[in-house]
Amino acid sequence: MIGIQYAFTALLFMSLGFTLMIIMRWQLAFPGQPIPYIGGWFGDANAPGGIMLPEFYNQLGAMHGTIMVFLGVVPLAVGGFGNYVVPLQIGAPDMAFPRLNMASYWVYFLGGVVMLVSFFVPGGAANSGWTAYVPLAVIATQGQTWWLFGMACLITSSLLGAINFIVTIVQLRAPGLTWMRLPIFVWAQLVTAFLLLLAFPPLEAAAFLQLMDRLAGTSFFLSSGLVVSGQVLEVSGGGSALLWQHLFWFLGHPEVYVLILPAMGTVAEILANNTRKPLWGYRAMVYSMIFLGFMSFIVWAHHMWLTGMGTSISTFFQTTTMIISIPSVVILSALAVSLYGGSIRFTTPMLFALAFLPMFGIGGLTGLPLGLAASDIHLHDTLYVVGHFHYVVAPGTIFALFAGIYHWYPKVTGRKMNDLLGKIHFWGSLIFMNGIFWPMLIQGLAGMNRRMYDGGIGYQHVQDVLHWNNLMSFSAWGLALFQVFFIINFFRSIRNGEKTNDNPWKATTLEWQTPTPPPHGNFLSPPEVHRGPYEYSVPGAVTDFTPQGQRSQPGE
Amino acid sequence: MEIPYTVDTRADTGLNNVKLGIWLFLASEVMLFGGLFSSYVLLRVGAEPGTWPQGAEILSVPLATFNTVVLISSSMTMVMAWASLKLRDLFKYRLYMGATVALALIFLIVKVFEYADKFSHQLYPSESTFLGIYFLITGLHGLHIVGGVVVNSYFLLPGVKMWHTAPERFTNRIEAAGLYWHFVDLVWIFLFPVLYLL
Repeated sequence: MIGIQYAFTALLFMSLGFTLMIIMRWQLAFPGQPIPYIGGWFGDANAPGGIMLPEFYNQLGAMHGTIMVFLGVVPLAVGGFGNYVVPLQIGAPDMAFPRLNMASYWVYFLGGVVMLVSFFVPGGAANSGWTAYVPLAVIATQGQTWWLFGMACLITSSLLGAINFIVTIVQLRAPGLTWMRLPIFVWAQLVTAFLLLLAFPPLEAAAFLQLMDRLAGTSFFLSSGLVVSGQVLEVSGGGSALLWQHLFWFLGHPEVYVLILPAMGTVAEILANNTRKPLWGYRAMVYSMIFLGFMSFIVWAHHMWLTGMGTSISTFFQTTTMIISIPSVVILSALAVSLYGGSIRFTTPMLFALAFLPMFGIGGLTGLPLGLAASDIHLHDTLYVVGHFHYVVAPGTIFALFAGIYHWYPKVTGRKMNDLLGKIHFWGSLIFMNGIFWPMLIQGLAGMNRRMYDGGIGYQHVQDVLHWNNLMSFSAWGLALFQVFFIINFFRSIRNGEKTNDNPWKATTLEWQTPTPPPHGNFLSPPEVHRGPYEYSVPGAVTDFTPQGQRSQPGE
Repeated sequence: MEIPYTVDTRADTGLNNVKLGIWLFLASEVMLFGGLFSSYVLLRVGAEPGTWPQGAEILSVPLATFNTVVLISSSMTMVMAWASLKLRDLFKYRLYMGATVALALIFLIVKVFEYADKFSHQLYPSESTFLGIYFLITGLHGLHIVGGVVVNSYFLLPGVKMWHTAPERFTNRIEAAGLYWHFVDLVWIFLFPVLYLL
């Protein structure tokens, strides 16, 4: 139940974060022109005469990132899917600590409200980027203080959730469900929970330090003799701007894997189910995920090549960064090889899952030049970076999340979502996603900086690639248009979707062996597990799938 | 279906849910204070030579030593409170738990005097980075103490009802509260030499 609350709230925040981007794209394609239709809604402080002010653009940019990452994708992937699916897949009656689960949701909700309120305080919402780099963030308007309080709520919520997930998975597995019989999705959630548990607290520490800088006048992040608007700041000085970046990216990089691991898990479930054969390299994938989790704690400084850390530190982090790409490649290759020889059912969730593979592949491969300190000198802080991580998160993770929604929708509601609308949604999204993010790579390679209020119009060296801004913006609006199909489908299917039985996809994992929707306590009788998670097309079996809870099969 | 292992231990992990949960929580707390101590190290190493003060020049080592003794004693009474429950002696439990709460309050009162003394000498967090990090780490630690006082007082007064209905579960709760309390104590053991002595 809480999983559904999480998912619903997260989807709302995602559409809000998406809307912020839609507005930004107007300014990038048509700088200085009034925003049509809705330009008057933002007030004179943000957009006098409907023309966006730079300060407002910065707010939109910072909040788009914050909302999408911390209020949208993570709560949907972990809070939503994790909460709903994990207890079912491990045969547990509920999460280990139901009240803690509730608390975690409401703290998340509070954090979201704080973020929303911050748009209406003087000076508007946080405007120093989602990374809140200092010293800019310390001297920014009071929206930044709200942002920090909001983040503290979101971090606390994630910590409570992470504890709950780990205890649930370790303690509440059904009899017979050994570690190597766990569905990949559960493994992904377990590693994710450890990342959340251990990487988020240092950011909380950093948030406290920045709050002290802003409210108590300390100078943890302010160096001596800092000049702001022609005035030397009256602070004690002696702080370090680099310290913030280290603390932020110590969270920031594991956070990337928090975004991607549940997506990989979801895709793996759907691939196995729709190819009707076991996943190829299950163990290799599990070990890769664990290795990925460990490595993600020692790569963070590859976000900081240009800060002058020194070449020996750069070399270390460059090496670890190259190493961490290996397990990702192992997982992606295993998923791709899993397709080989399967008789694939091209259902809507499968289409999204299939598209995840090349999209995440592009996202991963474009990351390699950024992970090498030398090539990053050219690419750093350009739109290439923006293109890279959006390929990972947008057509990567978000496609996996869509796949998950289409896949588990019948479990929650007992009805399927419409297939035709789903396919329209898929093809439109696929085309327009690439329309937005591919040109970013081109612009970035041409040296176009990110976070530019005028879309780069004032720079001589990017004039040749400026025209892409139009295609990107129209793609963004086209993408918005195709989400309408999803929204209609989502709500219409609750009442009018095709009715299904308890196991419409003929799947093997435990969540399909309970009534739909699952009653209080999830299972009618305590489940027992007798086999691995993906026993599809077992030779000699009567059906082409053998559920994990099935004792034996005639002919076995 | 009921949620299993709320009280009993699971055979293959050897833990009940609460115990695993509290250990994970403490792991995240290690990272939180670890982040702050790392910041302390980086700020101190990065400071202009000669600008970082010796803790003892500004802070009162005798008061902090007294507080260290108080906190370690409270950790001992906390263990005794749990042990008394294991021995099924509710009276002694109340005695030791009461002592734990009282010692924690003494710690906080001393801390309040320390803070007030600093403020009266115009020593605010904005004065220097050393004082900033001093107030932040000790303040956050103080909040953890306050949290412990709240939880322990609950188990001392209204929460003790559970002893009569589910004694084993109550004992487990005291054990978990104890683990937290020892951790808070341990943070102080690190914090005292780092801020006051070095």
